[in-house]
Amino acid sequence: MAEAQTGALRVKRNFPEMLKGGVIMDVVNAEQARIAEEAGASAVMALERVPADIRAQGGVARMSDPELILAIKEAVTIPVMAKCRIGHFVEAEILQSLGIDCIDESEVLTPADEAYHVNKHQFTIPFVCGARDLGEAMRRIGEGAAMIRSKGEAGTGNIVEAVRHLRAITDGIRKLTIIPEEELMTEAKNLGASYELAREIRELGRLPVVLFCAGGVATPADAALVMRLGADGVFVGSGIFKSADPLRMGKAIVRATTHYQDPAILAEVSRGLGEPMRGVEIKAIPERELMAARGW
Amino acid sequence: MTRIGVLALQGDFREHMRAVERLGAEARAVRLPKDLAGLDGLIIPGGESTVMGKLMVEYQLDQPLRDAIHAGLPTWGTCAGLILLARETDNALLGQPLLAAMDIRVCRNAFGGQRESFETELDVPALGEEPLHTVFIRGPIVESVGPGVEVLARLNSPRLIAATGGFDIVAVRQGTLLGTAFHPEVTDDLRFHEYFLAIAREAGVGVS
Repeated sequence: MAEAQTGALRVKRNFPEMLKGGVIMDVVNAEQARIAEEAGASAVMALERVPADIRAQGGVARMSDPELILAIKEAVTIPVMAKCRIGHFVEAEILQSLGIDCIDESEVLTPADEAYHVNKHQFTIPFVCGARDLGEAMRRIGEGAAMIRSKGEAGTGNIVEAVRHLRAITDGIRKLTIIPEEELMTEAKNLGASYELAREIRELGRLPVVLFCAGGVATPADAALVMRLGADGVFVGSGIFKSADPLRMGKAIVRATTHYQDPAILAEVSRGLGEPMRGVEIKAIPERELMAARGW
Repeated sequence: MTRIGVLALQGDFREHMRAVERLGAEARAVRLPKDLAGLDGLIIPGGESTVMGKLMVEYQLDQPLRDAIHAGLPTWGTCAGLILLARETDNALLGQPLLAAMDIRVCRNAFGGQRESFETELDVPALGEEPLHTVFIRGPIVESVGPGVEVLARLNSPRLIAATGGFDIVAVRQGTLLGTAFHPEVTDDLRFHEYFLAIAREAGVGVS
């Protein structure tokens, strides 16, 4: 008699495969979660404050109250994700016990450990982790991440950092596929990641997990841009519920993510959306306040 | 050459396209009604059925799809695709637009959330003796089937059947329509894709 196996690597890696071509939206309460589902979100990220507010208010940002997460889980039928602090494996265990679908070990929260990330192999639900370049993505995959996203600079409404990170990841992959065999070990050493994973990526021509874009997406055009640059889907943090008309902006970004190759549809969904969130110039942010620099 | 459309609104459509191409057929991404012309078959992939349903309506793809399926276009839905093909679903989906093509009742997320997602071996007699390794991701279950529907596979783990409240049907066929609660596109075993391609070739409708 065949038995069923839960929580193995294949099952964890296949969850994000089903989210591809879709938009994962940050929500801070059940009402926003319902609006996100109505707008066509493929999943929601449950948190207490969107990154723009975390940035504005300062202080230590932690895992959300389980009560809030469960209320959001009750409100929608689509998958629910939540964030734990980098290295905070107890927060991660709590989130897993709540029965959410995926954990984001996120630099948007204040890191709990400056040296180590969570050992994600020990969990039966998948993790998504941020990365600024291929080496960082590979280290997270090595620790068991089932999904990678660009870090971008969350809460800024400025896409420039996410573009930099996506390009760094895809350039790194391209390099792995074209260098001669004898350079592979040195390249793995330079990337600070495993030789076997470098070989796997070289053979696949892509990461062995799904790659999403996060950090700074504020308009339908931003979403289409990152899809064109090779993202499999999009996280939108502050960009929806900090805009003038969240339902409309949410719908427009969902449509742009599906029809990212069709400028006529992009023009149509971009019309008359009202104010997007107010953006921040990255250079105006003091270096110690940059979220992307958290983690390694 | 046999041309298979894969609904590409959201989900793992690329995996289906890759599988179809590996079997020597042509795969085409379907996002707008114009993409339906000249297809020999259609696959509705895994993903979020609510998202696909909404985008289908928004870009007026729902009625042309219903018409094409009604006219005999062989169609296969995996997971979310199975939900969209079902005539009836559980309450969580009341009000959601469906293609309502197969005479089956489906319950969404029947096993729970991602924590309860699993892989298991299934006997699928239509594909031969060797069991099929299957992956269920927040998968649905078929609760009942009409008289014209053939059951292709049932769960054989008592624990899983108990989790669904006693239901066990996970693969069905009704004429040229196929539905699976699992994702053959994420494994290397392409027997289900071969099976569907054979149905599409035999039907030979070619939507014009």
